[in-house]
Amino acid sequence: MPRLANDGDDHNTQAHSSPSTPQSPETTIERSKLEVPRPPLPPRPTNLSTLRSRPSTSYQEHGSKDGLLSGTTTAVTTTDVNTYTTNDGSRKLHTSIGSRSPSSSTLKRGVIGSPRLSDTGDSSSLRSYVPQLETREEVSSLFGDHITEEDDEGNSRPSQDVFSSQFEADAIDIDFDKEFDSIPEVDEDGNNEELAHSLWRSKSKHFMILSAAGKPIYTRHGSDAVISGYIGIIQTIISFYQSSGTSLRSFSSAGARFVILSQANLFLVAISRILESDSQLRLQLEALYMQILSTLTLPNLTHIFSVRPSSDLRRPLQGTEVLLSSLADSFTRGSPSTLLSALESLKLRKSHRDIINNTLLKSRVDELLYGLIVAGGRLVSVVRPKKHSLHPGDLQLIFNMLFEAEGVKAGGGESWIPLCLPGFNPKGYLYMFVSFLSLKNNNIRQAAAEEEIPKEDAVAIILISANKESFESMRSVKNYLVHELGRSRSLATIQNAIQAGRPLPTDIIPGTVLRHFLFKSKANVQFFMPSFTSYETPRLRRRLLSVYHELHASVHTKHASVKVHHSVSASHAALAWVTPMFELYCVAGPSTGRNALAHSANKVVQWVQKEEERIFLIGGAVF
Amino acid sequence: MASRPGAAGRPGGRFAQFKLVLLGESAVGKSSLVLRFVKDQFDDYRESTIGAAFLTQTISLDENTTVKFEIWDTAGQERYKSLAPMYYRNANCAVVVYDITQASSLDKAKSWVKELQRQANENIIIALAGNKSDMVADSPDKRAIETADAEAYAREAGLLFFETSAKTSTNVKELFTAIARKLPLDQAGPRMRQNLRPGVDLRPETSNTQGAGPCSC
Ligand SMILES: Nc1nc2c(ncn2[C@@H]2O[C@H](COP(=O)(O)OP(=O)(O)OP(=O)(O)O)[C@@H](O)[C@H]2O)c(=O)[nH]1
Ligand SMILES: [Mg+2]
Repeated sequence: MPRLANDGDDHNTQAHSSPSTPQSPETTIERSKLEVPRPPLPPRPTNLSTLRSRPSTSYQEHGSKDGLLSGTTTAVTTTDVNTYTTNDGSRKLHTSIGSRSPSSSTLKRGVIGSPRLSDTGDSSSLRSYVPQLETREEVSSLFGDHITEEDDEGNSRPSQDVFSSQFEADAIDIDFDKEFDSIPEVDEDGNNEELAHSLWRSKSKHFMILSAAGKPIYTRHGSDAVISGYIGIIQTIISFYQSSGTSLRSFSSAGARFVILSQANLFLVAISRILESDSQLRLQLEALYMQILSTLTLPNLTHIFSVRPSSDLRRPLQGTEVLLSSLADSFTRGSPSTLLSALESLKLRKSHRDIINNTLLKSRVDELLYGLIVAGGRLVSVVRPKKHSLHPGDLQLIFNMLFEAEGVKAGGGESWIPLCLPGFNPKGYLYMFVSFLSLKNNNIRQAAAEEEIPKEDAVAIILISANKESFESMRSVKNYLVHELGRSRSLATIQNAIQAGRPLPTDIIPGTVLRHFLFKSKANVQFFMPSFTSYETPRLRRRLLSVYHELHASVHTKHASVKVHHSVSASHAALAWVTPMFELYCVAGPSTGRNALAHSANKVVQWVQKEEERIFLIGGAVF
Repeated sequence: MASRPGAAGRPGGRFAQFKLVLLGESAVGKSSLVLRFVKDQFDDYRESTIGAAFLTQTISLDENTTVKFEIWDTAGQERYKSLAPMYYRNANCAVVVYDITQASSLDKAKSWVKELQRQANENIIIALAGNKSDMVADSPDKRAIETADAEAYAREAGLLFFETSAKTSTNVKELFTAIARKLPLDQAGPRMRQNLRPGVDLRPETSNTQGAGPCSC
């Protein structure tokens, strides 16, 4: 009789509570040392002509039109509006990023290789799984108890949760052929206005950012002419609630969920027709906010609006719309990394990873703060100082810039990029050296631009410094790394690992009923997943991700140290299992019984236990 | 880099290495010019540069003269303006780019020229490039800046001048070759290599022969 393991063992719970201790490692950072002088503020917009010469994902200047959308407001009723009272309007970043929803607090607290964890060394984390699995035969089957909860799962959800039926994840379908198509400009005489608006409404998901004064800053879809009406309505609603001392967080209208993230000077709005919970959408908005901070820093952002509340933020953000859009689109497609607030690592033998870690350690120069080797968005190795951790949210921004957006990769050379990593320090800039490598035919060299590097295959060396003058020294670190990693055949190892791809579920557990799963190691802030082979199309993959979103939202509404959630629909049977150490989400065919699912879930955990040091980057190179 | 091109060309040939910086308003085509020059590529849609990109390209001026450019392609967005001195400070040459279809972009170019003449190396060679010349080939009314006007300004300010097209390659190679010819090559003796480090000028006495082979670090 297969059973899920119980982690009720106090010893284990203790050992793994570290990532969630309130004393987060980053509070120990000596920030003053790394703060860099602020660059002068971007000048006032003088002309926007340059905007016009680039096919834009953002705006053109157009007069706003009134009365375009009179229907929309009527659908908003106070009965389905959730509000909460704020004590003061001027929230600081520390409280505004990742402190409100349970999942976003992991973003804040979960840091790659916190000092505490790395001190305990590589194998401790591996060993700590063992007692759990050894004792699992002795403890009663918690799974059996929890599974009965599925019958009344709907009741345990908070009212604002959009998942009202367990079948709904099947009902969503985004038309990916059209979702990301751009909407034509409304022409002078407004002939195609109707078309533009209906195209706008046909999108499954919208992200909009506006200033507190109501100025549009960013929209994923549509030009000013199309969105100004919507922006006006949203701003009116938000300020209506603000004037009564409450802050509007979310509401439903016309089959879409609206979630609003209020920051000191900005409102970020997500409108989603796909089923995601408020906290999941809020996490996505927080990522967009972090991207803005990454461009400007928090003091600059604050300063711009304190000088002039009606400032047009589009100008200082110009050129970063593509970064916001590639983040937004990855959320629309579905991002396991964002859902779990965790990163993925490239699966490597421990001995191979050790060699790479040691090479990174040896390459180090004083100016180097963080060094990373990343293959197609998966971590290969990280070198970092003992007292500084890496924040998944920060890495998500970097990976989005390098692997999702085209700009840096297509630049064809090495890059030197000033950026703020808000999780590390929202107040100042760091400088990032980036070099993409071409590993084809084991012939290690810098990527030649005529070769298109597919996203999954792109390998980047990323070196981050607080010193803006350290390009040359970062470049020599890279030269050393390329040379040494080539000599130790580590680059070939990396290339082989990339080519091998993610294993199939059946490679991991022969004959398993599982079609896919996500395993998050909380201590390592990393996740592992098998290949998406049976989910080739964006639509199928989105459906799978929606199942995960639903599982994630449902299981996180439970209050217990070990939580299990089981759901069945016409297309799948799924299981979520959350313990203080890990989160596991499994998906199998619709006729799969609970026991078979549970059996496979146990097998996954056993496999992870065995492979932990290969599939996760544990500790890394710490100096 | 593990695969730098063989540096000196033929024995007895001259080799010189120079730092070049591109400046100009966003979207005028700086990255496009560099990618045309370095990789002979062009993209109709190119994302705005984030930060700055560093590329190298080597050209032969004649049978025994090789010039290697170390190129900084800077971002034209205003928010990066304060970082520009870092890139032009040690530059031997600069290409200031404007878009011949955008009047304001020449004003921006002129202010870059002024800044370079005030703050950069005293002997810096500056070229002015009016880019996107292909766009006026079919529709001359798109032109916002007359060739003669830009040329007169360039002469007055002591700049090399070309109208270029990264899209069709027109004058791209010519631009960089003209710069190379104006650089103090004769000062670089046979097989002389320029210093790779910033802050050292280009006198032949510079005895730094830091190798350019694998792992010169
Ligand atoms: N027709 C035409 N278009 C060009 C030419 N050069 C560049 N473009 C286009 O102009 C746009 C901007 O070019 P970029 O090379 O990115 O401009 P940039 O000066 O590097 O811009 P920033 O990186 O933002 O400073 C791109 O869409 C190019 O395809 C040209 O010679 N002819
Ligand atoms: Mg550019």
